[in-house]
Amino acid sequence: MTDADSLKSTPLNDLHIALGAKMVPFAGYSMPVQYPLGVLKEHLHTRTAAGLFDVSHMGQATLKGADVDAALETLVPGDLKALTPGQIRYTLLLNDAGGIIDDLMVTRVDSTTLYLVVNAACKDGDFAHIATKLKGRATLTRHDDAALLALQGPTAAKVLAKFIPAAASMPFMTGTTGHFDGVPVRLSRSGYTGEDGYEISISNASAEKVAKALLAQPGVQPIGLGARDSLRLEAGLCLYGSDIDTTTTPTTAALNWVIGPRRRAEGGFPGAGKILGEIKTGAPRKRVGIKPLGKAPARAHTEVQDGNGNRIGEISSGGFGPSFNGPVAMGTVDSAFAKPGTQVQLIVRGQALPAEIVSLPFVPHRYFKKQ
Amino acid sequence: MSETRFTKDHEWIKIDGKVGTVGITQFAQSQLGDIVFVEVPPAGKAVKAGGEAAVVESVKAASEVYSPVTGTVKEGNNALPDAPETVNKDPEGAGWFFKIDLANPSELDGLMDKAAYDKYVAELS
Repeated sequence: MTDADSLKSTPLNDLHIALGAKMVPFAGYSMPVQYPLGVLKEHLHTRTAAGLFDVSHMGQATLKGADVDAALETLVPGDLKALTPGQIRYTLLLNDAGGIIDDLMVTRVDSTTLYLVVNAACKDGDFAHIATKLKGRATLTRHDDAALLALQGPTAAKVLAKFIPAAASMPFMTGTTGHFDGVPVRLSRSGYTGEDGYEISISNASAEKVAKALLAQPGVQPIGLGARDSLRLEAGLCLYGSDIDTTTTPTTAALNWVIGPRRRAEGGFPGAGKILGEIKTGAPRKRVGIKPLGKAPARAHTEVQDGNGNRIGEISSGGFGPSFNGPVAMGTVDSAFAKPGTQVQLIVRGQALPAEIVSLPFVPHRYFKKQ
Repeated sequence: MSETRFTKDHEWIKIDGKVGTVGITQFAQSQLGDIVFVEVPPAGKAVKAGGEAAVVESVKAASEVYSPVTGTVKEGNNALPDAPETVNKDPEGAGWFFKIDLANPSELDGLMDKAAYDKYVAELS
């Protein structure tokens, strides 16, 4: 059992408790797993209106250097040089074996500055890794004084535009700065639900004010980590530590798309030799969507077998998809079984249950597209 | 004459002669949250006191339902798999999981009555 006293809390801790959240330990923080609405309704609400998530546990930092894009490209396979100011890229911190240390968002602020958002459980390691590897070339400044809110869902743009009119027309995967009721914010049109939405970085001191202002808007509900997980699973998005980790390469993770043509041609990222080979010939294993054909959910670590009872992989994330209205899962299987339509079996409570390999996502993405 | 007894794992069993009806308590359903999947045991299945008898899953997690007593399943509530939310709505009524023929009614003496269970739950929260 985790000692509650050793847990960190976000600047919204008092608000969560006042809202009736059930708090649980997550990545060293006491975080709201659900509010009185409950995971199922919180999930559905986010897909039909707007949900407000506290993701202040995530790691934010600024990286500065004369050739900051080239410097960070030595640690990630994304094309950062191509980013124009305000553009955001999803990329991967890699180790020398081509394994994934973390997944992260990189925003180009200006020619010498990048803004990074990394996973809570990895942030200390990530930031130490980046600072050490890029020593003398770029300087990393952690933003432990900043909170992060996510406003997600089809009405998020309408809600946020009341405070920041420019928010409505921002393209997906871009960031900007502005003011929210006089509070300086860093705003990104991005998220982890498959819906349109924003991530809003603000000072710890103003977090509660901004959160309360958003929650006072019609159709905005606070949403906990439980629904955050079911939303991202339906959207086919990876959870670091479950679906991807240092034992998965980008190819294993079905994330080859994060490596653009220039980086494929030039290499120059950790594990490039191995990864570029895998892009050509495939990896032995691959992350896939797995749809149980019955009603029973199959949870993480459920064994996946072929029709003859041979072990071919394991589920990495699985549960019930409230919008899909049925069980959903993803996992990593031997590449010979990775083709959508392949019939497999899942061993749940000792019984072999039929399932099918499917394309991700389970619920189509509805990111903002400029008219 | 019927009476209801409770386990520390938050199952209830309502006794009617040598047959018990088993479900999970109001407290258990409130802790689980929205129930999305239920598996009930087939008639004829032999279960032991404290042994796994049924499954209940919320969006987040799967939980076992343990049999409060030893016996043979007389009937599973076959309405539940198609309407698992019944367990949230009426856990101690229509949301029952299975009926069991008691092998050893004296096992009931080891279970809590309503007053004892209410006190037990109050101490948990």
